[in-house]
Amino acid sequence: MTNRTSPTSEPTMSDGVRDPGGPAVRVVDLAKVFAGGVRALDGVTFDIPRGELTSIIGPSGCGKTTTLKIIAGLVDATSGLVEVDGTPVTEPGPDRAFVFQDFALMPWATVLRNAAFGLELRGVPRKEREETAREYVVKVGLAGFEDAYPHQLSGGMRQRVGLARALAVDAEILLMDEPFASVDEQIRRKFQEDLLRLLSEENKTVIFVTHSIEEAVYVSDQIVIMTRAPSQVSKVVRPGVDRSGGSDHIRRSPAYLDWVERIWAELQGYLET
Amino acid sequence: MAAAAAGRPWVLRAASIAFVLGLWEWGGTVPVSIAFPKCSETLVAFGGMIADGTFAGAYAETAGPLIVGVALTGVGGVLAGLVMGLSPRTEWLGLPVFIVLQASPSAAIVPLITYIYGIGFAAKVFAVVLLSAPVIVLNSYRGIANTPRSLLEMSDAFLASRWKRIWKIVIPAGSGLIFAGLRLGLAQGFTGAVLAELLITPTGVGDLITFYRSVADYPRMFASILSIIVVASVSVTLLQRLELRLFRPEMRPA
Ligand SMILES: Nc1ncnc2c1ncn2[C@@H]1O[C@H](COP(=O)(O)OP(=O)(O)O)[C@@H](O)[C@H]1O
Ligand SMILES: [Mg+2]
Repeated sequence: MTNRTSPTSEPTMSDGVRDPGGPAVRVVDLAKVFAGGVRALDGVTFDIPRGELTSIIGPSGCGKTTTLKIIAGLVDATSGLVEVDGTPVTEPGPDRAFVFQDFALMPWATVLRNAAFGLELRGVPRKEREETAREYVVKVGLAGFEDAYPHQLSGGMRQRVGLARALAVDAEILLMDEPFASVDEQIRRKFQEDLLRLLSEENKTVIFVTHSIEEAVYVSDQIVIMTRAPSQVSKVVRPGVDRSGGSDHIRRSPAYLDWVERIWAELQGYLET
Repeated sequence: MAAAAAGRPWVLRAASIAFVLGLWEWGGTVPVSIAFPKCSETLVAFGGMIADGTFAGAYAETAGPLIVGVALTGVGGVLAGLVMGLSPRTEWLGLPVFIVLQASPSAAIVPLITYIYGIGFAAKVFAVVLLSAPVIVLNSYRGIANTPRSLLEMSDAFLASRWKRIWKIVIPAGSGLIFAGLRLGLAQGFTGAVLAELLITPTGVGDLITFYRSVADYPRMFASILSIIVVASVSVTLLQRLELRLFRPEMRPA
């Protein structure tokens, strides 16, 4: 994965606002109390390095989705700060694209229109946006399904449409909320492979929410482990699993298994009452 | 196999229509009442009235207030529903009015219209509006107010402007309920138009019913009533086609 981390290829070094040396995203002392009094986050702090894939993992209900949506600008924090490229986040922006856990596809639109929808909203002319969307529909493995409607697709395929839509707007930061939660284990592994391959071509910063330890260790450069709600960051780790040997090799390697075990031990404390 | 399965709804529909018509024919032979014609007599009368232009003349008259009324409520009602669905303040103001209107016995209100609007064209338009507006407004409101949260969030995340969000997400997502409201509103509009013709001034199809009853031509009277059902069903079906074409391509049969 580290081959994707290439700070020198950052194209916007000169615009002054952004600090290419700094993290892509900084989350500082984030707290969230929902109306009704649910305290989801209570001082969450971590950095997301540029060009890497960071997973957020933690017990269910600990506020992973909430954290991701605050970074996206979809939910307001009660206190604390999110910075993207050194600028505080107050609303959604073109620098971030979201992949929703429940897909959020328009049932009345084809795969192609759904994939092109981010561009459509930005006023990109039809021909141009469909050309871009088509390219990503093929990249996520849905060639031939351009004219299908969401209800004709499996859960995994719908998730790929959501991924194509997010990739098509070419944001630097990809926010993915449990993208593989709706597929079974075998397909899930294939999706992980596909995602890694795709990301290696795209040079993006990815924040990836999951509840699977194996998945987090397998795909991540960095893993943020959260405590139970009201959550804080329990630990940030960098497994750095050597992925030169192919997926089966990786999944059997002592380093991989060791990391899975360590994170499991870390999380176990929060699963018990 | 596929052809049989595709043809099935039609077979069933035809069978159920044949059953009802058969029952009617039998009811006419009994006879239930001397004012209850046989199905066959009614259909013959129906054919005759098409042939001699009776229907054409009557519907030309009924169509005026009906079209004007339904057009008014179609546009106004959907807009009112949209505004109420999008803004809590208007929801608070408007919603109770239409809920009360929908629950009220409209046939009892129609004669009162004459006190305000007299007995002319405007009174009939008003009768159509009175009957069709509540269901159109309330359905549009429900369709708009219940836009899936996840789609709204998605449009936010992908930077939709307020208007694009309404046009590209809120309206298509609500179109099922909005069009259901328009269909029901159209059917209600027919009721309003005919009620006005029966209760205010006899013109159009309402006049046909009144006239044939007064001369005891029951087959023609029933044929007039039957024609309302046929015309209303055909209009409603056409509206449904329009909806599928405009907003819900994924539900269109391949
Ligand atoms: N809109 C909301 N209103 C009230 N409570 C919420 C809302 N969204 C999430 N929560 C609560 O906040 C907590 C964290 O939720 P979430 O971020 O979805 O957790 P996770 O994604 O880690 O499973 C949960 O207890 C959840 O019930
Ligand atoms: Mg979640």
